[in-house]
Amino acid sequence: MERILAQAKKLAEEAEVFLVSAEETPVHFEANRLKHIQGKQSTSVALRIIRDGRLGYATATDVADAQGLVDNAVETAKFGTKAKFELPPTTPYPEVDTFDPDVESIAVKKMAQLGEELIALITEHTPEIVCEAVVEKATFTLRIINSRGGQASYKKSVFTMGVVGNLTRGTDMLFVGEGQSSCHPLTDVGEIAKVVLRQLDLAKNQASAPTKQMPVVFTPEGVASALISPLMAAFNGKTVLEGASPIGNKLGEQVFDAKLSLTDDPKIAYRPHSRPCDDEGVPSQSTPLIEKGVVSSFLYDLQTAALAKTKSTGSASRGGGLPIPSPSTLVIAPGQSTFDDMVSDIKEGLVIEQLMGAEQGNILGGDFSGNVLLGYKVESGKIVGRVKNTMVSGNVYKLLKEINAIGSQPKWVGGVINTPPIYCPRLSVASK
Amino acid sequence: MTDIRAVSHQLAEALQKHSADYIEARLEESQRSHITYRGRELESAEQSTAVGGSIRALVKGGWGFVSFNDLNDLSDRIERAVKQARLVGKEESKLAPIDTVVDTVSNGKDAPLSVPLAEKKKLLDEYNEIIWRTPHLQTSVIAYADSHKKTIFINSAGSYIEQPRTDITLRISAVAAENGEVQQAGLSLGSRGDFGAIRNLHEQVEETAKHVVELLSAPQLKGGEYTVVLDPVLAGVFVHEAFGHLSEADHIYENERLRRIMVLGKKFGGRELNIVDSAAVPDLRGSYKYDDEGVAATKTYLIKEGELVGRLHSRETAAKMNEKPTGNARAINYRYPPIVRMTNTYIEPGQGSFDELIADIKEGVYAKNWFGGTTSMEMFTFSAGEAYMIRNGRLAEALRPVVLTGNVFITLNNIDAIGGDLDMNQGGGCGKGGQYPLPVSNGSPHIRIRKCLLGGS
Repeated sequence: MERILAQAKKLAEEAEVFLVSAEETPVHFEANRLKHIQGKQSTSVALRIIRDGRLGYATATDVADAQGLVDNAVETAKFGTKAKFELPPTTPYPEVDTFDPDVESIAVKKMAQLGEELIALITEHTPEIVCEAVVEKATFTLRIINSRGGQASYKKSVFTMGVVGNLTRGTDMLFVGEGQSSCHPLTDVGEIAKVVLRQLDLAKNQASAPTKQMPVVFTPEGVASALISPLMAAFNGKTVLEGASPIGNKLGEQVFDAKLSLTDDPKIAYRPHSRPCDDEGVPSQSTPLIEKGVVSSFLYDLQTAALAKTKSTGSASRGGGLPIPSPSTLVIAPGQSTFDDMVSDIKEGLVIEQLMGAEQGNILGGDFSGNVLLGYKVESGKIVGRVKNTMVSGNVYKLLKEINAIGSQPKWVGGVINTPPIYCPRLSVASK
Repeated sequence: MTDIRAVSHQLAEALQKHSADYIEARLEESQRSHITYRGRELESAEQSTAVGGSIRALVKGGWGFVSFNDLNDLSDRIERAVKQARLVGKEESKLAPIDTVVDTVSNGKDAPLSVPLAEKKKLLDEYNEIIWRTPHLQTSVIAYADSHKKTIFINSAGSYIEQPRTDITLRISAVAAENGEVQQAGLSLGSRGDFGAIRNLHEQVEETAKHVVELLSAPQLKGGEYTVVLDPVLAGVFVHEAFGHLSEADHIYENERLRRIMVLGKKFGGRELNIVDSAAVPDLRGSYKYDDEGVAATKTYLIKEGELVGRLHSRETAAKMNEKPTGNARAINYRYPPIVRMTNTYIEPGQGSFDELIADIKEGVYAKNWFGGTTSMEMFTFSAGEAYMIRNGRLAEALRPVVLTGNVFITLNNIDAIGGDLDMNQGGGCGKGGQYPLPVSNGSPHIRIRKCLLGGS
């Protein structure tokens, strides 16, 4: 790494080297049985330079080929955008726990056993169900060094366990599922099975939904599958900078219901997206995005922040390319009502667990529209069965402007979004 | 860069020494470049190189797989793959027999490598210029990417296959905003190596930019059931989502109940409906000579005259269903094992023009272009980039983009007219089992579907 930095410094004003290595071991189950064990080793190095004021960028898997990497970065810098930021010098980082050595040492045999136990709990309840499951352990090592003396490094462990069950009856298919991840090993298969069994119980009967506007409760999974991606597009500093965010000029304004508060927090201990610093070496901070319905901040990386004349929120992340602002761990503050309170308040409405295709519409405008892959009909305060052939459409800004209630019991969705259920007064429902 | 050909010879020898029922290795080297514009300015230009490989072993029906980009200690890695497979395996290994192949597929068009970065940028500058000439435009994103890779496949039966692949994608999206309303419209194109496919798009880019501004004042459709006409691009996405995924045998082969539903001969649509998947069609984004298990590409009828006649297989699913392998096992790169995937999927053309399809529709929707699509096998959704009302047999006002949904066992039966104008959509990337985006193409002529459920206000 140091060699790459030294060679880059000969040709560029500034340089930064980012290295990530990973060991991932997923254990796959298909059709209720252990099917496939994998082991994946990978290393990737990225070089970002500023040359004649312009950004150049190259990545490679071969860390030894410093010259090839530098040459590629120099070539792109001829066309690159003008760099408006300075790389961070040596900075103190907050203490954020992201590594548990127990993840690394858990045996593959034990992982296979966990998956088998999980599937057994589900098939005991519903023998005809066909499950796919994954139990995975992974460790990551990240290191960043730059020409201004900045350096950061940390290790992360991630353990994931998830299951999807398919129950086919005639041509009717029901999908249920649950997944969790953590920096600690997950060993409580009962916790995951419990969620799936509850879905199976609620979906036992079928019910039909009329075509009209109805009150809706989004379960934590429902919130994550329908509402988060349009919101995150709008809170991305880049979208704001371009004037393409519907809330870009509403900082400090009440845009959402006062019951709604949303924070991006990369500092929560042992969460898979937690980190002491972002992918540019900027210290992590907790960033309130919505405080009691008021838009309070957007997410920035260094370049976007410089263009917007503000400060980075430590939100840079790399998906193989140049850093872009993106959320880490999202937390929606809990409210007062229980899930049962919400349901019992509804005369006729829906509970939405999983929306399919919600992210396909005009996300930037806040629109979402999807098929209710898993959802239930509520009649006179009771869940009466699962709905099918049903589509819902809405706009997050209209929907979240007026909220009936926010649940008191939050849940981790996929280990990276912590949200309670949200109860909204009306949503358009179309059904066959 | 490391010479993967030299590594493959060592590997081939090492594979022979191990006691698995079957073992294979893939090696890959690739170069990519990306150019992205956001708004008026070029935002990023990037280049990357990668080298890596993987080994997959089968023991008593259980699979072990390792991937790596450190090419040292390969015998240890083989050992690990075999050990993992042994831990899984409890039954009999079944793989459909195939021919042993030794072949070096020649390099086809590799135009993007010979086009200098400056020339690529110049073309994109022209497109961006056109977008920004449109009044009321708020911002735009242009994302260009090309990749060139060479893969070597070897297996314990003695196959050695070297194949190149070049892939180009271009996505353009334009955003208009007014009074807190934001609308977007886009264009998505791709090619299997021919840079020429993304030249001369100036008119299309201009239309896209104009359309997005129009959308600001367009009404939203009222949700409900409609007769819809899909253009070839969106009908291609429809056939991919609505039927293609369900015809992938890995969903079916170990699910008794699904096997009973998906029995060959089952009627899915009218007599005029024919659906094909074929990697053997040359020069499309899903085209290849051999799949990632070394099986030669085929043309597979999935539906013929409305009846289920075939499905897509890997060697394992074919063996377990007593059917022939179709050469559809694909991996997005060396880091993943091959799984059953589509290639180029299309509805064969019938007769009739677009005007004839809409002529007797009193009130319906014409849906064009795509944002995306997804499926749970039974239910599927796909979204149109553009939509218009059809009134009394004519195209009427533009609508906000619509999302369509359906049920595979019902919707295919509701296709009541198929046009004669087959066209392939090369702009898509398919996701399955964490492997995204896989280059595929899909297509269709214009089609008409009765009683299609659309989301709306």
